[in-house]
Amino acid sequence: MHISEGVLSGQVLSAGAVIAVTGTAMGLKKIDYDQIVHVAILASAFFVASLIHINIGPAGVHLILNGILGLLLGFAAIPAILTALLLQSIFFQYGGLTALGVNVVIMAAPAVLVHYLFLPFLGRSSKLTFWAGFFAGLFSILFSCLLLGFALWFTDKHFFETSLAIIITYIPIMIIEGIITGFCVSFLLKVYPEIIPKKP
Amino acid sequence: MIEEKFAFGNSFIHRLDPKARIIAVIILSFAAALCDNLNIAILYFIVSIVFIGLAKLNVKDVFKRIKPVFWFLLMLWILLPITFEGEIIYKFYWLEISTEGIIMCCKITIKSITILLFFTSLVATMNIASLGNGLHKLYVSDKMIFLLLMSYRYIAVIEDEYKRLLRAAKFRGFKPKTNVHSYKTFAYLAGMLFVRASLRAQRVHQAMLCRGFNKKFYTLDVYESDRSNFIFLIGVFITLATLVVLELYQGLFFGN
Repeated sequence: MHISEGVLSGQVLSAGAVIAVTGTAMGLKKIDYDQIVHVAILASAFFVASLIHINIGPAGVHLILNGILGLLLGFAAIPAILTALLLQSIFFQYGGLTALGVNVVIMAAPAVLVHYLFLPFLGRSSKLTFWAGFFAGLFSILFSCLLLGFALWFTDKHFFETSLAIIITYIPIMIIEGIITGFCVSFLLKVYPEIIPKKP
Repeated sequence: MIEEKFAFGNSFIHRLDPKARIIAVIILSFAAALCDNLNIAILYFIVSIVFIGLAKLNVKDVFKRIKPVFWFLLMLWILLPITFEGEIIYKFYWLEISTEGIIMCCKITIKSITILLFFTSLVATMNIASLGNGLHKLYVSDKMIFLLLMSYRYIAVIEDEYKRLLRAAKFRGFKPKTNVHSYKTFAYLAGMLFVRASLRAQRVHQAMLCRGFNKKFYTLDVYESDRSNFIFLIGVFITLATLVVLELYQGLFFGN
């Protein structure tokens, strides 16, 4: 989920950059040198997982999975997402430099939010774990869409319908991300529960 | 998957200090993003093409590289003229195409391509180690640079893991479809990717400690701080100042 270059206004770009820098600084402060390799390699896993291509009927979409990264890393997800997006823009030219801050906020703020909202429900019962994961995945994309919509709307009030159209097209992706996050979290708890951080 | 096609070359841009290139790309990109005049945006576009020329990049490869953006722009050209409110120039049943929408599309198209070309000519022409080096000289936090270099190093490894998992699934007759079983399989696959990444991180960390890792990366690339960097930055500043002044006093030059 990216906003391309050249779309947003100066105010939105600078607000995004300031929030992203602050968030990254907070995230980096929470990572000490014993964990940094863990965060870095999970960022690479996030990068690779976002290349997974899944079918919806005849169309295909890429996974986003910022929900899972948020659940696993909390605040540390912000620098991890910044890293992944920067590498994406270097290798694939999905985004450039000016929209990087806004894109980090769009992806990382929901990730941190779902960490605090849904992590406490993981591991209580298998059903609850699935649904907590489901809603973590769904809400992370929903919040990302809303932030993207706001960024466009603050740039120009005429973008309202465009933002609405984007949010509507993302509804199927929200549901799929929900299902995948739900299964993925249940799987992680079964196979390697140490990866799930202790309750915030 | 990851190709650093442009990172190795022999041109004026390739020889510049990463620090100078990072400073230049930041100010040029932001200036282009903040430009709100179609004529000036075209001038920025010309400057970006000059940079591609200075870096002696293959035009075909550059075009291939920015192809994903064209899909986004195509979507924009379909969506924006009909959803953007403003003066209507063409009406087809319920479809109303507005002038403002079309102007907006032109501006976004030119600006986004320009910013990507700046990025390609200045940042994609260095390898990630040099980028880390440049960021370090610009006082970016060591931890952030560590994250960047480390993630970069392990993307290819994790991608191999992913391909291996996918191959194993295919050998067992897995065909991706639109159903819960497929989604579950992909979820487990992504989960396994995170598990393997985490286990590998532990091993890598232990190996680093064994080799006396002291929380610091040392760079082996040394860029001589000769006069070309200084001249390059002065050139960038003069170009920028000219464009900004042109935009401020556009009425005098373009008559609107």
